[in-house]
Amino acid sequence: MGKKQSGALSNASLPLTRGARRARLMTSVSGYAFISPWLIGFLAFSVIPILFSLYYSFTQYDILASPVFNGLANFKRMSSDTLFWQSLKVTFFYAFVSVPLRLVFAFFVAMLFNRGTRAIRFYQMIYYLPSIVGGSIAIAVMWRRLFMADGAINAFLNAIGIPASTSWIGNPDTAIWTLIILAVWQFGSSMLIFLAGLRQVPKDYYEAAEIDGAGRVKRFVHITLPQMTPVIFFNLIMQLINGFTVFTQAFVVSGGMGDPLNSTLVYALYLYQRAFKYYEMGYSSAMAWILVLIIGVMTAIIFKTSDNWVFYETKEGK
Amino acid sequence: MDAHTKRIIKVNTEKFIFHAVVILLGFIMLYPILWMISNSFKTSAEIFGNSSLIPQSLRWDNYVRGWKFNNAITFGTFFKNSLFYTVVATFGAVMSSAIVAYGFARIPFKGRSFWYACMFVTLMLPYQVVMVPQFIIFHRIGWVNTFLPLIVPHFGGVGFFIFLMVQFIRQIPMELDNAAKIDGCNRPMIFSYVVFPLIKPSLITAVIFSFYWRWDDFLGPLLYLNRPRQFTVSLALRMFSDPQSSTDWPAIFSMGTLSLIPVVLVFIIFQKYIVEGMVTTGIKG
Repeated sequence: MGKKQSGALSNASLPLTRGARRARLMTSVSGYAFISPWLIGFLAFSVIPILFSLYYSFTQYDILASPVFNGLANFKRMSSDTLFWQSLKVTFFYAFVSVPLRLVFAFFVAMLFNRGTRAIRFYQMIYYLPSIVGGSIAIAVMWRRLFMADGAINAFLNAIGIPASTSWIGNPDTAIWTLIILAVWQFGSSMLIFLAGLRQVPKDYYEAAEIDGAGRVKRFVHITLPQMTPVIFFNLIMQLINGFTVFTQAFVVSGGMGDPLNSTLVYALYLYQRAFKYYEMGYSSAMAWILVLIIGVMTAIIFKTSDNWVFYETKEGK
Repeated sequence: MDAHTKRIIKVNTEKFIFHAVVILLGFIMLYPILWMISNSFKTSAEIFGNSSLIPQSLRWDNYVRGWKFNNAITFGTFFKNSLFYTVVATFGAVMSSAIVAYGFARIPFKGRSFWYACMFVTLMLPYQVVMVPQFIIFHRIGWVNTFLPLIVPHFGGVGFFIFLMVQFIRQIPMELDNAAKIDGCNRPMIFSYVVFPLIKPSLITAVIFSFYWRWDDFLGPLLYLNRPRQFTVSLALRMFSDPQSSTDWPAIFSMGTLSLIPVVLVFIIFQKYIVEGMVTTGIKG
């Protein structure tokens, strides 16, 4: 077995001395010792639950009685479950509108802040603040109040001469938009990642382009954008996953039910209801695997197309 | 007017427009937060149909009423619960992530790339997949209605933090480790005395993120804490604002405002490390 192991290593051709083999073993032992907290947690809180979840998705299970195997019944049920389709529709709309908007805002503000003014650090803080507090229940509760019929949004619109009296969160056509605005409002962490990326674009590229007479637009299109594609790629995947799993804000703003008329019934909220309101553990596990499938397919598509639009510099040495 | 003066005027106009736009946008960004703070000092009647940020008078009694909650349990209990859960989970998450990150970044053990890839996959895995079976497991072993399900998993490290710290450690020259080794340090000593102090920016970034994720966490407490005495601030605020009952908005906004203070404090104290922590992670390919 020792020989087989050494096959993958660099100095494989040399027969290992006893000491070297021992040293290699010790390296592995200490490596596993260092990663053991993660390894144990990974097995206990990811691998085992994932296996259980896979099993539950083919069963009917209400926690009280043992799971009963029912084949593909859960997946068949989805096809005729109108709320399931509604939650998919709401989630796709939410993610496909809020993620691009959020990234465009984040990028725009990052560009704005990528200059050496003394006040930038202060501005950065102000723009990041909503993202810091935005995940909290206090903000979600406040958001609900903000968009009520007698809320501040209408009061503000009336004050600037636009008559408005509709309840934004009470109207099925506009309710989802209050969630989208809430998501876009928290563009701060994407902005910081963009800013970090912008600061790593080599300055001499711009200097060279300026000497060649390239204007602002040209410099943006030919230097900034290509250099930033890996960061855009990273943000896009992370934000899409976040978008597809949104729960807390939807739970609070929609009153826990996806109101009104299920217009804010996001996928994670419906899955939660199935599991912890109706105790349909099998059905909600099956729903969770559909979510994995959706995220997997989307990530795969982005990865596949990334060869065409993500620009990586060839790095020597490092 | 000579060309020089013209250019100065142009630069200054540009500067002025830049600051004006940034401040205006910033005000719109901050408006909802300021509105909530201002509402915490208004009367109920004053909140309705009013977008003004200046309350007619400062009603501190909103805070007294909010703090008392339902008289049996006060917000003091909820703050204590949140603080306990957040601090312990954050400590566990950051310390174990650092130890694990050192293992991944510096020790060429067999199977390293396989396990690192596993960690990456879990980063992309939606929580919903493990939510139900985790709940059932914790339910079976009697951990429901305790803080254990909310705390223990964090002591296994957090994927995102491990990734952040691995990237950071890779930028520390290997020569430092080797020098320490020659001086007779073993791996735990190299980690504690050489690497750990040098990854401070990424540790602080992890502390900030962990603190505010845990402080704001809603789903976890919603699943595992059913006794009001154990409620965290976010759970209590949500119960407080139950749409089914008549709502004391000024009191809710007062406690909502208080609930933001710990996160904002942590952020203000450590914020200069955030961008530094992110820049040096080298997310850019």
